[in-house]
Amino acid sequence: MFVAKSIAADHKDLIHDVSYDFHGRRMATCSSDQSVKVWDKGDDGEWHCTASWKTHSGSVWRVTWAHPEFGQVLASCSFDRTAAVWEEIVGESNDKQRGQSHWIKRTTLVDSRTSVTDVKFAPKHMGLMLTTCSADGVVRIYEAPDVMNLSQWSLQHEISCKLSCSCISWNPSSSRAHPPMIAVGSDDSNVTYSGKVQIYEYNENTRKYAKAETLMTVTDPVHDIAFAPNLGRSFHVLAIATKDVRIFKLIPMRRESANSSGPTKFEVQVMAQFDSHNSQVWRVSWNITSTLLASSGDDGCVRLWKANYMDNWKCTGILRGDGSPVNGSGHAAALSAVGVPAAAQMVVGAASAGRKKAQLMPG
Amino acid sequence: MEEVDVEPSTTVIVDSAGFHRKHLGFEWGPGDLLVYETNYKLQGNESCSPFVHIVRRDEDICSPILRKLFNESHLIFVGLQKIKEDIPSKNKKSQFVSISKNYRSVIRACMEELQQNAGKRSHDTHHVSILLAIELIWNLCEVLFIDTAPAGSLLLHLLDWVRLHKSDVDARAREVLQSDSPAQHQSYWDVVISLVLQGRTDEARQVLSKQASLREESSSVFKSMDGLLQTMPIFNPTGTQTLTEFEVKWRHWHEECDRCLQENTFASNRHLETICKILVGDEDTLLEQKELLSTWYHFLVTRLLFTHPTIKPPDLHYYAQSSMNMFLGPRASPEPLDIILLSAFEFDLHQVIKDCSIALNNWWFVAHLTDLLDHCKLLQSHNLHFGSNLREFLVLEYASGLFTHHSLWQLAVDYFDHCPEFGRVYLELQIERVPLDTERKAIKVLRICEDRQMSEQVRSICKIMAKRALRNNRLGSALSWSIRAKDAAFATLISERFLQDYSNKGSFTDLDLLDNLGPAMLLSDRLTFLGKYREFHRLYGEKRFSEAARLLLSLMTAKIAPRSLWMTLLTDALPLLEQKEVIFSVDQTYELMSCLEDCFSSVFQDEDIESTKTELLRLALARNLTMAIVKEGTIET
Repeated sequence: MFVAKSIAADHKDLIHDVSYDFHGRRMATCSSDQSVKVWDKGDDGEWHCTASWKTHSGSVWRVTWAHPEFGQVLASCSFDRTAAVWEEIVGESNDKQRGQSHWIKRTTLVDSRTSVTDVKFAPKHMGLMLTTCSADGVVRIYEAPDVMNLSQWSLQHEISCKLSCSCISWNPSSSRAHPPMIAVGSDDSNVTYSGKVQIYEYNENTRKYAKAETLMTVTDPVHDIAFAPNLGRSFHVLAIATKDVRIFKLIPMRRESANSSGPTKFEVQVMAQFDSHNSQVWRVSWNITSTLLASSGDDGCVRLWKANYMDNWKCTGILRGDGSPVNGSGHAAALSAVGVPAAAQMVVGAASAGRKKAQLMPG
Repeated sequence: MEEVDVEPSTTVIVDSAGFHRKHLGFEWGPGDLLVYETNYKLQGNESCSPFVHIVRRDEDICSPILRKLFNESHLIFVGLQKIKEDIPSKNKKSQFVSISKNYRSVIRACMEELQQNAGKRSHDTHHVSILLAIELIWNLCEVLFIDTAPAGSLLLHLLDWVRLHKSDVDARAREVLQSDSPAQHQSYWDVVISLVLQGRTDEARQVLSKQASLREESSSVFKSMDGLLQTMPIFNPTGTQTLTEFEVKWRHWHEECDRCLQENTFASNRHLETICKILVGDEDTLLEQKELLSTWYHFLVTRLLFTHPTIKPPDLHYYAQSSMNMFLGPRASPEPLDIILLSAFEFDLHQVIKDCSIALNNWWFVAHLTDLLDHCKLLQSHNLHFGSNLREFLVLEYASGLFTHHSLWQLAVDYFDHCPEFGRVYLELQIERVPLDTERKAIKVLRICEDRQMSEQVRSICKIMAKRALRNNRLGSALSWSIRAKDAAFATLISERFLQDYSNKGSFTDLDLLDNLGPAMLLSDRLTFLGKYREFHRLYGEKRFSEAARLLLSLMTAKIAPRSLWMTLLTDALPLLEQKEVIFSVDQTYELMSCLEDCFSSVFQDEDIESTKTELLRLALARNLTMAIVKEGTIET
């Protein structure tokens, strides 16, 4: 069962992205009304809007927080071909009383010639690095060498993906066992270019990013992509939002020779594939412990997916955005099996291998 | 047993009036999901007032009374983990049983408290019924799996189980006995029969005696019934009688009851006749008592009591299945609770855990029960290689759920500690996200990380706190956090700010901190300088001039002081140079002079001010030099 609480977001147009900060006490929303709003969660548990300002001259597609080790920093990207970095400055005391804070622009990144479709900070162990991708097919990685001076950013890498890019995701793992890795998704609708997901890896020797893998089986436009948090596993898990929800397992293969030239080779397996949305899937995202994946699709639903400890994936909940009557909600009598709130089919033995519900591929 | 395939629940987030967009966007939050209406295909250009919805599982964490349950069961859990492996299994079994009873008493306490508050929130009555069910299941699991009673004792335990969960009999019995004429009470016979159904023959006799005293003419009938009830054999596990001996005795008694029926001994009183039929275990009669039995498992136990009191555990399931079918009848279908209990009677542990996971809104029950069963080595015995993995999986799920709560997260830490495979990594991931609202909370979190050598988390938390302090201009706090984070670069930065402040205001802030840096001073050069510089000022204030002088000089000559501050230091030397007595020796004065020249040549400052200062210094140094030479050249007589 889910309970929901609503907040009037007060944007004058569509909201395109919402981002929680690291501790979940603040959030940022961005919209086609070209502004970003920052909300703070008070001690009373209520959300208050503490800042609202115009950020770009076009729709703002994405907004994201930097790790709090770098302070209170936001990045936004927009249809106006730019990405921007914002920092909160501690205001005057009367501002505090009014519950308002100020954000100032530290830098504008204008290298892109087309709409900037995604902006993400790299994992904090890499320093303060910002990545953007654009419809012109270029992924740009910027670094602020002096973390105390956020106005100085240098373009460190430009990766040409050749296909219009829609989303990027960094592998959050900070293990020394693997070099930095970034996945790029493309929403190019031309089917002759297969492989809409590319994975790039940083090479210590050449000091450049090289393509490590292209997922050739993903031929439809990709709208969102997300690496799962790494729980000390030796392999990587990547979720993709395309015409369905797909979860890939990337197993790094041992290098044949001691001379480690070239990027890691991966064995790619499909852990799960869900077409329950029955339509385009627009967003995928993992929760903190990578035990739940959420996806949102054309059918106006958000679906939650969970794997049991046998790595069998199931849908554990659906959030609808339309007015059809609610089924399966309300207070259940003791132990009447209404829906699958938290547990469900998780404790499934070997007998479940033959399930028909979700299309599972062995992996 | 076929699997219960449950469709996922659907919840409507937006009401029909508001939802125009086609898509729902979302973002994961701590313990909740943020959902908003949007449209990924459109760029915008629509006038609207879109909402953002915070969605979370409707979980029990929010109830304050259930929180007590979590707190107390946490203590039991931790105690259980500490039980050593090398204790002989007999002692262990009794320990496990007592732990199981502890858990159950915690559930009961919680239930009672909820019942007292009932009526205030409908939510609470819902929780009460869930807890009742949980306790019922747990109790049965304890009897069957943990206590593993053999034939003979098994039925006794099951009787206890039924009696515990059908407590209205006592209330009614009291009501009848306390009335003016118990025998005339409308519930009189119901009470007697209920007591007999539960095997409480002594109490049944007591209530019956009220009847007997009234009607002399039928007293012999009552005496006979009294006799039957009195002589009913009850197995005594601690006694010397073997099971076989008991069985023989019981058979005799059973035949005696049957004989009474055949001879129509109780024909004059239909109630007594019913009781006699119950005593011989007549199924139809038992089924007629459906209302008094109220559940199929009561029926099961009663049936066994009067037909197979020496039931062996492996034979239970046959009787369980048939009892359920008989009691529910052809039209009623079993509830999830019934299925869970049936799985327990069939000793299908795995199914019990699975069905409980499906039916409940919280991982508490399955996590703790599975953990206990795992300690009893019961999951392994099922020959499933994921036995202990299952336990860890459930405990991790439960603990992760606790982590989102602002105070219960501390309990979760202990649970993670006892998950050998993934506990540490889960803890690392989640403890970083605990909001550091206050310094006290940050220190609490830090201590947990430090105790477990989670050095990266320690560093990160300290850095976040240092950064926050710096933003709010609390330099002392920022410095101590950087020191704790062992962050040399940040410490240097903050030291610079201290020094800047000093040159602006002419005094230091946070003297306590600076005076007590100790070895932490060595973290960064700038910090060392700051500490030593402050020490210089302190020495000067205490009029320990020669020590101060030495320190000041060493700051420059040992290159601890940054060049940019040499002028300041030399200016600080002025008052020392102008003292009546000579403080700087000849050598020291020469050094100072060379420092001054060094300074003058390499730093191009504001010409006017600097040249005046330099002149002053040169003069003072020269004067000091002469006095020092004289002093050192004078022979003491």
